[in-house]
Amino acid sequence: MSVDATTVKRIGRLARIRIEEEEVAGYQTELNAILGFVEQLGEVNVDGVEPMTSVTPMQLRRRDDVVTDGGYPEKIVKNAPLTEDNFFMVPKVVE
Amino acid sequence: MTELTKLSLADARQGLKDKSFSALELTEAYIGAIDAANDKLNAYVATTPDQARDMAKASDAKLAKGEAGLLEGIPLGVKDLFATKGVHTQAASHILDGFKPEYESTVTANLWRDGAVMLGKLNMDEFAMGSSNETSYYGSVINPFRAEGSNANLVPGGSSGGSASAVAAWLCAGATATDTGGSIRQPAAFTGTVGIKPTYGRCSRWGTVAFASSLDQAGPIARTVEDAALMLQSMSGFDAKDSTSVDLAVPDFAAAVERGVKGLTIGVPREYRMDGMPAEIEALWNQGLEWLKAEGATVKDISLPHTKYALPAYYIVAPAEASSNLARYDGVKYGLRVSGKDITDLYELTRAAGFGREVKRRIMIGTYVLSAGYFDAYYVKAQKVRTLIKKDFEDAFNAGVDAVLTPATPSAAFAIGDEALAADPVAMYLNDVFTVTVNMAGLPGIAVPAGKDGKGLPLGLQLIGKPFDEETLFAAARVIEKSTGTDFSPTRWW
Repeated sequence: MSVDATTVKRIGRLARIRIEEEEVAGYQTELNAILGFVEQLGEVNVDGVEPMTSVTPMQLRRRDDVVTDGGYPEKIVKNAPLTEDNFFMVPKVVE
Repeated sequence: MTELTKLSLADARQGLKDKSFSALELTEAYIGAIDAANDKLNAYVATTPDQARDMAKASDAKLAKGEAGLLEGIPLGVKDLFATKGVHTQAASHILDGFKPEYESTVTANLWRDGAVMLGKLNMDEFAMGSSNETSYYGSVINPFRAEGSNANLVPGGSSGGSASAVAAWLCAGATATDTGGSIRQPAAFTGTVGIKPTYGRCSRWGTVAFASSLDQAGPIARTVEDAALMLQSMSGFDAKDSTSVDLAVPDFAAAVERGVKGLTIGVPREYRMDGMPAEIEALWNQGLEWLKAEGATVKDISLPHTKYALPAYYIVAPAEASSNLARYDGVKYGLRVSGKDITDLYELTRAAGFGREVKRRIMIGTYVLSAGYFDAYYVKAQKVRTLIKKDFEDAFNAGVDAVLTPATPSAAFAIGDEALAADPVAMYLNDVFTVTVNMAGLPGIAVPAGKDGKGLPLGLQLIGKPFDEETLFAAARVIEKSTGTDFSPTRWW
């Protein structure tokens, strides 16, 4: 499988990375080189093989559904580019 | 006093205990060494001399009271991937501009608990994506080694290139590093240092900037096997804040170092004898096997049939996980923001400006393989291949193999700005061909310097162990370290 210019732009939109028109061809070449490299997985017979979900055989731990942390909004927003009253500020998203 | 920096971590511990010098003197020696070298090597992206002096003074007080921790007064460097409270933490990326976390990673908190002193944050490939430390927003790190008779700068490997360069050039007694596909072991091999990626789950991932969560593991880079064992001892341990942290007691790694290899069976995978492998790497590999045999190990040929599929499967799994993990960098919560006409515009412009080319390329590959219609063909297939790669190792271990010996890298350190590598992303990815299987299977792997190539550059061997059997790796790596009889100190030019 290989990607065309339209697909490169679509991936850029999905990934929320602005791809300028003059960058499309470069990304297309690079992505196709990588996709060409991974193509060899087609040789492997995986009939009846389970996909790996955990590299170590372990059960995810459970815990009581209680608050264990928090109560410091000023620390949460400390590194934000723009805040007001401990809220993150963004351009208007609802009309 | 500068000679204090030449002491191994273990010898520095002894010197502190014997009151031959103070923790403050040791720390001052390292601060001086960093000041003299960093503009040439570019290993540190931020230094914290005042904090280091305060920590060293606190260590001297503890040493005086006989309350020294495992690493009391030992000056360390920290890869920029670990969150350090109030200190530069940017994964060497532009998108985290100015980020100073309000919290401390579990791994570094463990080191400070044990008395270690922080010298600063170490350069790396951006978000740990790279094998040459050339993708950092802060510029390339330089390897303290040069080919004999040459003034050309070489890469230190990556992504933990700053860690490896700083340890080899005596700019810290040891360093934290991380390994997703070989990012501890490949730079260790390129710089004549020892690096271990422990079993997945041994070190907490909490507070470490995530790249590919099912593959990422922290570990140390140090100058000797014993030093690496001491550091891993401190870094390891169960942490309820990481859901994949394993609740197992941490063995006394340093106690295993001199255990020897008598009676062990060392596997030699035939699939690692690749076409075009340089003769000196093949010779080094055979030499390593002879050293282990001379100390009482048995060598056994084994097959790991899915080896060649590990790297292509990795380049689906790792970018897929990265595309999800890096979705959080959006110009809203921290770091860089580039304003746009609406929220989508803000996201797209911030991420276009904040991420470097390699990172963008990997996010895009990951986004593509996870997108509707391609998920089964790429991601699910790769995770099935991963199951087979892990089974290859399980079969070998079940057949009586205690550890596997392989080369660490397909070559010695290469030149900065290599044009052939820059033109072909896949060629650079092949650096990890011997190391990436270990991450895919979640196993521990150690790189130990074993010899030099014809130009005097260090070459490493890799030992791969059973899950949670880092002790055997330390013991076997120590046999190689003792057998080499080679000095892996770079000739100082910086």
